[in-house]
Amino acid sequence: MSILLEANNISKNFGDFQALSDVSIQVPKRSIFGLLGPNGAGKTTLIRIINQITKPDAGQVILDGEPLTPEHVQYIGYLPEERGLYKSMKVGEQALYLAQLKGLSYAQAKKRLSYWFEKFEIAHWWDKKIQELSKGMAQKIQFIVTVLHQPKLLIFDEPFSGFDPINANIIKDEILYLRDEGATVIFSTHRMESVEELCDHIALIHQSKKILEGKLNDIKRTHKTNTFEVGLSANDLVQLKSEISSRFKFSKADFRSLEDDLKLNIQLGAKDTPRDLLAFLNENAQINHFVEVIPNANDIFIQTVNNN
Amino acid sequence: MNHLPLIIKREFFAKVKNKSFIIMTFLSPIIIVGVLSLIAYLTSVNNDKVRTVSVLDPSDLLQKVLVSTDYTIYQNLEDMDLEDAKQLSSSNGSYGLLHVPNVELDKVSDQIKFYSKESPSLSFISSLESKIEKHLGELKLIQYGVDLSKIEAAKTYVDVNQESFEGVKTSKAGSFLKLLFGAVAGYLLFIFIIVYGNSIMRSVIEEKTSRIIEVIISSVKPIQLMLGKIFGTSLAGITQFAMWVVLCFVLSLVASFVFGVDLSAAQTSQQAEVMEAMSNPQVNSDFQELILEFHSLPMWNLVIAFVLFFIGGYLLYSSLYAAIGAAVDNETDTQQFMLPVIMPLMLAVYIGAFTVVEDPHGSISTLFSYIPFTSPVVMLMRIPFGVPLWEQILSLLILVFSFVITVWIAAKIYRVGILMHGKKPTYKELLKWLKY
Repeated sequence: MSILLEANNISKNFGDFQALSDVSIQVPKRSIFGLLGPNGAGKTTLIRIINQITKPDAGQVILDGEPLTPEHVQYIGYLPEERGLYKSMKVGEQALYLAQLKGLSYAQAKKRLSYWFEKFEIAHWWDKKIQELSKGMAQKIQFIVTVLHQPKLLIFDEPFSGFDPINANIIKDEILYLRDEGATVIFSTHRMESVEELCDHIALIHQSKKILEGKLNDIKRTHKTNTFEVGLSANDLVQLKSEISSRFKFSKADFRSLEDDLKLNIQLGAKDTPRDLLAFLNENAQINHFVEVIPNANDIFIQTVNNN
Repeated sequence: MNHLPLIIKREFFAKVKNKSFIIMTFLSPIIIVGVLSLIAYLTSVNNDKVRTVSVLDPSDLLQKVLVSTDYTIYQNLEDMDLEDAKQLSSSNGSYGLLHVPNVELDKVSDQIKFYSKESPSLSFISSLESKIEKHLGELKLIQYGVDLSKIEAAKTYVDVNQESFEGVKTSKAGSFLKLLFGAVAGYLLFIFIIVYGNSIMRSVIEEKTSRIIEVIISSVKPIQLMLGKIFGTSLAGITQFAMWVVLCFVLSLVASFVFGVDLSAAQTSQQAEVMEAMSNPQVNSDFQELILEFHSLPMWNLVIAFVLFFIGGYLLYSSLYAAIGAAVDNETDTQQFMLPVIMPLMLAVYIGAFTVVEDPHGSISTLFSYIPFTSPVVMLMRIPFGVPLWEQILSLLILVFSFVITVWIAAKIYRVGILMHGKKPTYKELLKWLKY
């Protein structure tokens, strides 16, 4: 697994306020990397440092093996959370201008823009002013401008805010498509369901420090508690419960089922395997439901933040 | 990557394509020429009016003085008493009736009266008074047995010939010309800074409020964006200025051809008197001297100094305007930061207008022609009076040096400020930003 972007021991203070303290992340190539954290944790500062908008007090950012230089801006596409366009400038002119700032020639920019405008079916917006468009429409233009120069690294800060569900879906599909085409994506958000949907890797930043990083699945594996959600039916539920309590720790579970089941979360002991549990339950009851409890990103987020 | 030309181009066209910019560019000369034409027209209408003044002067004391002109006709009423004369002149539409009673010369001055329906114009009365005073004075001198021709011969005009130790001749007229050049250059810079500095500030605020700023500075360095903004807006400003000059010229030509209005008629009676006096040989030589003086001014020095100090001064101030724009969220918040920018500018103009005029090479004038925030205006006003080259170069070096420092400071404030939203910063916070 090769690394596209490496941030090494980044620290940044604003006066007395510590925004980042010795933060390191590694973003693998062709991954969608979720940068998570509560408000004010330092995510935006880190993103701005990667974009060379802010200079770090200490530490280094390495893109594709080279320390960042101003030349690298053409390899990065950035959609900031605080975004907007020149209100009184025409859509086309504006997109051309921003594309040229990213290093495209006028002709290249024009060609690629017409491709994207066709794709999103918005070619007739070309001569409109931004102030004539709705917020969602302007966001689409903004998205196009971000990806137009085909950057190696895309950074999206809350990309779905301002989109209705249909357009949010279009954008989500585009992000996945761009990843498949070879781009690497850093994705910062509070919306955990989109983290579940999109991210392969995550890093969690809390109070200026990185407190968690890795493959989402690995993190889930380390955070799982070997707990299984089961639905059981038997003639004597009270006896069944006492049988189980002699062998395992459990708590009440809550899920929808058709039978009038005994619903439990059963935690395995240190030496137990799922097979042991299944065999034990199979002897004493009819098993209607058996699922491993996998912590979702939301649980991990809340749990890790609270533990720190 | 150097995106400066691209940014300058955008800023220039964003400004030039703006509707209010276009309207102002074309409307201002129309308004200026229109108002001037109106004044010229009204003045000529006023001048065309012929006043008839009845004069009742049984002793013919003032006959020699009251000579009719194109605009004022003096009508002598013969063999009439005062009551009849009043009645006649009120009924025949005269402007008024001047009554000079037939009394001794010593007493007549108190008893001359002017009767009219409405109170007469001040300038008419004062010119009448001065004519009568002069004539009566002469009559009295004759009465005392004084020879008028001797008095005429004794009249002396003094015009001290000025020359510097290096042998450069100057004169009052020359000083006036120098003052004029300095004042025009200084005020032009002042106006330019205020108008287009504000425009830079507004454009920075616009980028902040529309939130495009973060997208742009992820592609270019903030200082590039700031400089691009300053240069682009300045070019738009120069374009507007040039358009104004050309349009004013063309429009005044059109106005004088189409409407037959002579713009030079838009002058007060005092100016007319000055023009009249030009025919006087004494003044005429002054005028020739003025032209000579004009040619003897250090033209190349003036032009080059004007361009350099203008650019230096303008850039110095406009980087401050850009920094202010970056520090605030909206225009109303700019007030508290504007004062320290406007103050030195005002100071420069006042020093230029009072101190330099009085003593162009005095210690105050010299001092302020070195201080960077006042030097462009003050030095431009001093240069026509002859400032050694090394002084000019020193002042310019200080200006360039402080421009570099100011841009550096402004860029720091700009870099931090453009990403700050919400509350209005204090001076203390601005100082803190410098350390970020």
